[in-house]
Amino acid sequence: MSNYGFVPHGSEDLSEMLAAVGVSSVEELYSAIPEKLRISKLDLPAGISEYEVSKKLHALAKKNTSDLVCFMGGGFYDHFIPAAVDAIASRGEFTTCYTPYQPEVAQGTLQTMFEFQSGMCRLTGMEVSNASVYDGGSAVFEAAAMSFRVNGRRRFLVDGAMNPIYRNMLESYAANMNFEFVEVAPKDGKADKEAIAAQLDDTVSAVILQNPSFFGCVDDYTETAEAARKAGALSILICYPLSLAYLKTPGEMGIDIAVGDAQSLGLPLGFGGPYLGFMTTSKKLARKMPGRICGETHDKNGNRGFVLTLQAREQHIRREKATSNICSNQNLCAIMATIHLALMGKEGLYEAAEESAKNAAYALKKLTAIPGVKATFSSPSFNEFAIDLPKPASKVCEKLLKVGIAAGIPLGEFFPGMENALLVALTEKRTIEEIDALAAKLEAALKEED
Amino acid sequence: MKLIYEESLPKRRGVIPPKSGVTCETLVPANCRRGEKAPLPEVSELDAVRHYTNLSRLNYSVDTNFYPLGSCTMKYNPKVNEQISRLEGFTALHPYLSLVPGGPENVQGALETIYETEQKLCEITGMKAVTMQPFAGANGEFTGVMLIAAYHKDHGDAKRRRMLIPDSAHGTNPASAMMAGFEITAIPSDGKGWVDLEALKAALGDDVAGLMLTAPNTVGLFDSNVGEICDLVHKAGGLMYYDGANLNAIMGHARPGDLGFDVVHLNMHKTFSTPHGGGGPGAGAVGVKENLVPYLPTPRVTKTADGKFEVGKADSTKSMGHIAPFFGNFCVMLKAYAYMLQLGAEGIREASGMAVLNANYLKARLQDTFKFPFQDQICMHECVCTSEWQLEKSGVNTLDIAKMLLDRGYHAPTVYFPLIVHEAIMIEPTETESKEVLDGFVESMKEIAKITETDPEACHRAPEKTPIGRLDEVAAAKNMILKA
Repeated sequence: MSNYGFVPHGSEDLSEMLAAVGVSSVEELYSAIPEKLRISKLDLPAGISEYEVSKKLHALAKKNTSDLVCFMGGGFYDHFIPAAVDAIASRGEFTTCYTPYQPEVAQGTLQTMFEFQSGMCRLTGMEVSNASVYDGGSAVFEAAAMSFRVNGRRRFLVDGAMNPIYRNMLESYAANMNFEFVEVAPKDGKADKEAIAAQLDDTVSAVILQNPSFFGCVDDYTETAEAARKAGALSILICYPLSLAYLKTPGEMGIDIAVGDAQSLGLPLGFGGPYLGFMTTSKKLARKMPGRICGETHDKNGNRGFVLTLQAREQHIRREKATSNICSNQNLCAIMATIHLALMGKEGLYEAAEESAKNAAYALKKLTAIPGVKATFSSPSFNEFAIDLPKPASKVCEKLLKVGIAAGIPLGEFFPGMENALLVALTEKRTIEEIDALAAKLEAALKEED
Repeated sequence: MKLIYEESLPKRRGVIPPKSGVTCETLVPANCRRGEKAPLPEVSELDAVRHYTNLSRLNYSVDTNFYPLGSCTMKYNPKVNEQISRLEGFTALHPYLSLVPGGPENVQGALETIYETEQKLCEITGMKAVTMQPFAGANGEFTGVMLIAAYHKDHGDAKRRRMLIPDSAHGTNPASAMMAGFEITAIPSDGKGWVDLEALKAALGDDVAGLMLTAPNTVGLFDSNVGEICDLVHKAGGLMYYDGANLNAIMGHARPGDLGFDVVHLNMHKTFSTPHGGGGPGAGAVGVKENLVPYLPTPRVTKTADGKFEVGKADSTKSMGHIAPFFGNFCVMLKAYAYMLQLGAEGIREASGMAVLNANYLKARLQDTFKFPFQDQICMHECVCTSEWQLEKSGVNTLDIAKMLLDRGYHAPTVYFPLIVHEAIMIEPTETESKEVLDGFVESMKEIAKITETDPEACHRAPEKTPIGRLDEVAAAKNMILKA
């Protein structure tokens, strides 16, 4: 029995197997690799026991400050996650299977995928959902590429109030696709609807909007979607799924493609991932959508079952003509979101959304009562808002981190000229005491000499 | 089973979310609110737990069944890795902490794991630098070919717009290269399943950006001409891309960097056991030689002389930008890191050796029963056979054989891939399966082969013991019922 590698063979098995193969050593199995190109040993430490691994990782985890009171958002939020989400999703039957290529022995994955698609459609008010893409940022790119496939146009109007990292990802992913992104400057913290309408013409493939905006401001983009339609363009809306339990949905606005990150539906912050990109659209655009899609069907006895469907869009069949190269997506995260939606349910998700927004209203009032602090924008917000401080926000944030508070995102790091602005997010997890403490510590930090 | 929506009853509640007790109203004006509450499930916590637990039991998985799915490396996934990836010290970290002043001081442990994982993968692949940003294998491929594009552009060689891809490559290769703006030239395989060198020479030219090679290739063979292929492409001014989906076959025995490759992607959910999750989340590390370092995605984790970890923008203004918002699927990476720690230098090498032995053992024991198109060559981590003998004799095809295996408690191998083998059955046992399991699988395959002769009808009827019978995929595509 080996000391390493979870290999079960004893020495007897080993000799029997080598004999069956007709070689005298394992090394001989590598004879196809020219000998001068092979190595005899990796320059890595020797293996350690499970206990030592666990101890080392516990020690590394302890080097992080995991008990900061979190007012950071920017697209990723510290929402409540019921214990049952991970308890069920971590079952080996869900975690240790592959993509459901043999549907008869993968109905667990497939039906959950179908329920995920159903949940995302119900939440977004859209007709069709795929089974996930990597994250919100790659979802925005996939939506742009999809729009190009629909109307053959290469110009995109981009709301300047969208997530700046997603904006960068859009440029990175599309660098060699000959797309043109025209940024429309935001107005009072959100998309400038008039400016966008004025620039919509028959060269525009799609308008890309975000609601709530990166700055937390909410609006209704029904007219923008309509204006895009009239110009033969599509409308793409980046959404925050939990907020859709409360806010007007992309479906109600007549949006063509709704995308975003569903981290808010039961996934931990996890230092950036894994998260859960989603894409929903109309039935008529379904065949242009990338990624896996699960569909209902039946077996020969008429029993309902589920399979991956519309696979003629995908890389393993179409190769370079596929709608995307995506293969593995974020299936287990979609399972977590599906379980989360079931546990929270119709009322629970609404309450979490409403409570987050109420906490934000309270926090905004509380923070803007501090001398010298005012709301950056007058637009209404959902659970996140920007405030202007009398000093650079990065320095203030750094001070607050030292007293255990992640006060928010200093916007100057991403938007030159907004050095004094701080983006503050609230969830249902924040308490009155925590919000009051934020206000008190912020006020104290502002009074300190730098 | 019923859908969760079919189990819903009005007003039934699951988990109650926390309330802060603030009394003020939200700031959202009426015209920005949704008309009616989202029609989500209304079930109790137990209803939900039972529903999804019972659904999970309809799956085959590595934890429950032998899962010899070729090209997917379905090895055992150590449970300690799952446990450490759930430590609050990692899961509670907000990713923006890495990008704001003062933030990195609060996430030193997380940054260290990223840095250390990258260092280990540099050694395993023989590369200069590794990025953990890509979310999965295909995303890593895309990142890798975008790096090649950035390199040529930066060297005033933007005319290099053609990517050479052998016909034995994964379907993601051409799809990824296409997204990166390349035109694809397929290079045929020769009679041995290797790259046809004459066809390669004919395809080379000053418009060639590079060649994407899967090694071992998708018929499970290692192309002994790899050194010559790299030389030919390099001499023509192209770069060499190593599709590392099959790295389990060679890790610890050979390194893409030493073989002559400039860029490599790895599937952490395959080789490094993170696990696959029924279709992700994966993680797709990308390693590069010195020549491609300046173009790597931003941000990068660096280590200072006094042992602190910092987050810097990439080395220069040449960076390709963000592929992920932060550091990719970080908590997936943690599992790969723990896996590498536990195996160490010897274990990594041994895992590969045993994976190759297991594949060759299956091939040796099955080659009288099934046709192996490349029988005379030692295979690597997987072996590819076909059902051609059975199809000719009794009309039983690969799909039937796959379904017969399901009835015997085995997940089917990968079928009808690679495309260059007619009626392909691609078997990858991995190193974590015992001889008894392999022998049991061989006996079942032999039994199935017999039944194809004695009762071919039974083969067409399979599976009959699974939770559901063979499903009508045509009806699914036609009816397009995609939600409830």
